[in-house]
Amino acid sequence: MDGLRGFAILLLCQSAGEALARLTHAPLPGPVIGLLLLWALLNVAALRAPVAAAANALLGHLSLLFVPVGVGVVAHLGLVERFGGRMLAAIVLSTWAGMAVAALVLRALLRERRAGSA
Amino acid sequence: MDSFVQLWIYLSATPLFGLTATIATYVLAQAAYARLGQAPWANPVLWTVLVLALLLEATGTPYPTYFSGAQFIHFLLGPAVVALAWPMWQRRAELRRRALPLLLAALAGGAAASGSAVAIGWALGLPADVLASLAPKSVTAPVAMGIAAQLGGIPALAAVFAVLSGLVGAVSAKYLLDALRIAPPEVRGFALGTASHGIGAARAIQVNPDAGAYAGLALGLQVLLASLLMPLAARLF
Repeated sequence: MDGLRGFAILLLCQSAGEALARLTHAPLPGPVIGLLLLWALLNVAALRAPVAAAANALLGHLSLLFVPVGVGVVAHLGLVERFGGRMLAAIVLSTWAGMAVAALVLRALLRERRAGSA
Repeated sequence: MDSFVQLWIYLSATPLFGLTATIATYVLAQAAYARLGQAPWANPVLWTVLVLALLLEATGTPYPTYFSGAQFIHFLLGPAVVALAWPMWQRRAELRRRALPLLLAALAGGAAASGSAVAIGWALGLPADVLASLAPKSVTAPVAMGIAAQLGGIPALAAVFAVLSGLVGAVSAKYLLDALRIAPPEVRGFALGTASHGIGAARAIQVNPDAGAYAGLALGLQVLLASLLMPLAARLF
């Protein structure tokens, strides 16, 4: 029952987020505004157990949720074929570049903090 | 045989087909992934997608027919993004303390991914609309589509690039981060979420709960930064 209650809270936050995004023409997508709203709502202690139940169930299978889009990618492979190898090179190398830079910068900054506070 | 073909034609045209095929294949892929000690190359999204694509191809099922069933799963992406508030809220004190390093790392990582994608694509002679579709590639697919449209790119292509970036990151992160000797799970998770959004976060959640929370945060920061900054950056060029 907690899980279902939590799911209702998630959907309410998302709906409010979508409505706010439309009304204010915010550059943020509805679910992200919903995330910020839920963060604020978590200050209410009674909501935490239901939200935890629903969030853990949903996030535990997050990868399943990407399957339909992934299959769609294969349906669009004609687009990729046109530029084939060049597109793939740009995607693979830039993904590694982004990951490496994020990891190295964050590690360096966190270390510096630790050194500063010690 | 005839009646079997008729039965197949009936079943494959209902939403039941797409939904059943997606969940059943994923459950099998997940079991294989667990058996193989969660080896990155055994990534369940990758294999489920490949098996389903082959199945659609072999049975001549059009993607919209498949999606009429799969949309029930696809729909849950929205509530799942909202749900990321929970693991982040649980670590709120720590995140607040580290706000500046996290923001700077997200900015640097996102700029590196987007900038290098466009630069490599440009050097290899890709046309402008493809370059504009490459720019938001490290942002989660639905948001990437919107940004690409604003930049003059092709939304469907942007979604393809985002999903491919997700899969590349989820499969290769372990090897890349090991080679760079990045040990702390939160830094590894954050890097995965920065470069590979939700698909990377899904991998991080399975490996370690701290990595998963930081990956979720990184995904959210990329959405925020890209939605706010990319249209501005595009105006400069």
